[in-house]
Amino acid sequence: MKKIEAIIKPFKLDALKDALHNIGVTGMTVSEVKGFGRQKGHTEIYRGAEYNVDFIPKVKVELVLSSDMVDQVITTIMEATQTGKIGDGKIFVLPVDSITRIRTGEKDKDAI
Amino acid sequence: MFKKILLLALILVPSLALAEDAPPTIASNADAIALVQEHANYLWTLIAAALVFFMQAGFAMVESGFTRAKSAVNIMMKNLMDFSMGSIFFWAIGFGLMFGTTNTGWFGTTDFFLSGWTPDGDPWILAFWMFQCVFAATAATIVSGAVAERVKFNGYLIYSAVLCAFIYPIFGSWAWGSLLNGNGWLEGLGFIDFAGSTVVHSIGGWAALAGAMVLGPRIGKYGPKGEVRAIPGHNIPMAAIGVFILWLGWFGFNPGSTTTADKSIAMIFVNTNLSAAAGAVAAMFTSWFIFKKPDIGMSLNGALAGLVGITAGCANVSPSSSLVIGLISGVLVVLSVMLIDRVHIDDPVGAVSVHGVCGAWGTLAAGLFNMEGVTAKIITTQVIGIGAAFIWSFGCAYILFKLIHLTIGLRISEEEELIGVDIAEHGAHAYNDFVTK
Repeated sequence: MKKIEAIIKPFKLDALKDALHNIGVTGMTVSEVKGFGRQKGHTEIYRGAEYNVDFIPKVKVELVLSSDMVDQVITTIMEATQTGKIGDGKIFVLPVDSITRIRTGEKDKDAI
Repeated sequence: MFKKILLLALILVPSLALAEDAPPTIASNADAIALVQEHANYLWTLIAAALVFFMQAGFAMVESGFTRAKSAVNIMMKNLMDFSMGSIFFWAIGFGLMFGTTNTGWFGTTDFFLSGWTPDGDPWILAFWMFQCVFAATAATIVSGAVAERVKFNGYLIYSAVLCAFIYPIFGSWAWGSLLNGNGWLEGLGFIDFAGSTVVHSIGGWAALAGAMVLGPRIGKYGPKGEVRAIPGHNIPMAAIGVFILWLGWFGFNPGSTTTADKSIAMIFVNTNLSAAAGAVAAMFTSWFIFKKPDIGMSLNGALAGLVGITAGCANVSPSSSLVIGLISGVLVVLSVMLIDRVHIDDPVGAVSVHGVCGAWGTLAAGLFNMEGVTAKIITTQVIGIGAAFIWSFGCAYILFKLIHLTIGLRISEEEELIGVDIAEHGAHAYNDFVTK
């Protein structure tokens, strides 16, 4: 079992959700986050004065999957969210020790 | 025979209908017509007063939209209280100083506490007071934006009371005293300021400059090397709606200053609108040229600049002149905002540029574009009025703010400012359930 955390551009969320749905991913958790990487924020203008926006709004998508789906999901995320410009985000893969579905008490693969 | 009966009926029917009254005469008809005109004057003046009152809402929205979320409660309180405190102090003291009888031409000495009104007397003084009261409060509320996010609330209350009781009405008596019982020295020279580019807006704008200078800039407005940093406002749509409300209110502010329901209001309406539109367009293109993007904050300020600019001359310049006045106001306001930023005076909403600078320009323009011709004397008088307003308002307000600073303190502490003036001064958030920074 693996957890995938993808930090993406907010306007790519709908496309990503549809793409993941099409390959059989059944659930995800989404949060609004802010941050920066190599992109290092950007400048905006307010009343004639430029200012730096250091933390740029992003969306974090969290998925938990069986290990054999990881490569396919990474490819799907890249296809759905890549713009080729700096600031497209990153995908992290983490091991998952256990899963429990709260409603039924099912464990691990049955609970994905 | 039939014709004779018809003729008789035509003569009798009207006279039967009026059988109980005395037959109308030319004099009684003239009285009746004058009464209708008088009632129309009351209606128009009070409708206009209501429109000008609504400008308080516009100011509150512009100021809070252009500042941070952690200051919105304070801005709303200041706008509520400068109107409420201002109304009371203008009733008690200001109105008498502005419109009471005067021997000197420098301030009135009667009509305090609306003592000119008696229950069986002429109620016109009440309609007139209501219209003038909302003007006084407009002058007071201009300062709120310039001192936003760092001024102590009790200091601001003292300032509001003093502005509405003394600073605004004494200058007002110089220019407008004869609208009721007064007779000011400035109007005696022939000073043109129909609805208050100088009397209301420059007075407020220069007081705002004094407040911003005594207070100093907000923490973080200027970097260690003195570079200008933007502190973006938290709600631009709110600021924009505030500008629309002010624009609407100005249709009471300028045309209402006739305090007479007559045909002259049509041109004043058109002049007001054309100047505002030209101000917005000119500010947009100026900001587009300088910053490479059409800036919303500057364009909104441009509309207000056009409105302030036409306020003095709205009744004595042509519609095409109004357009020119508005265009120049729109360019001027952008350059003025940039200059004031660069000399390290922090005016978060551009109040000094919109009201002070464009008020002065509008007063000069009322002379330059006068439809009945311009003379050196007219221009000299306009310049005297502009200068007198600056010396009086900036001088008095600077002393007042310094006195508050030296006694009870004018500015909240650094820690309070970082937490936000809402929590520090009012113990409340504007937007519960949201995180503010």
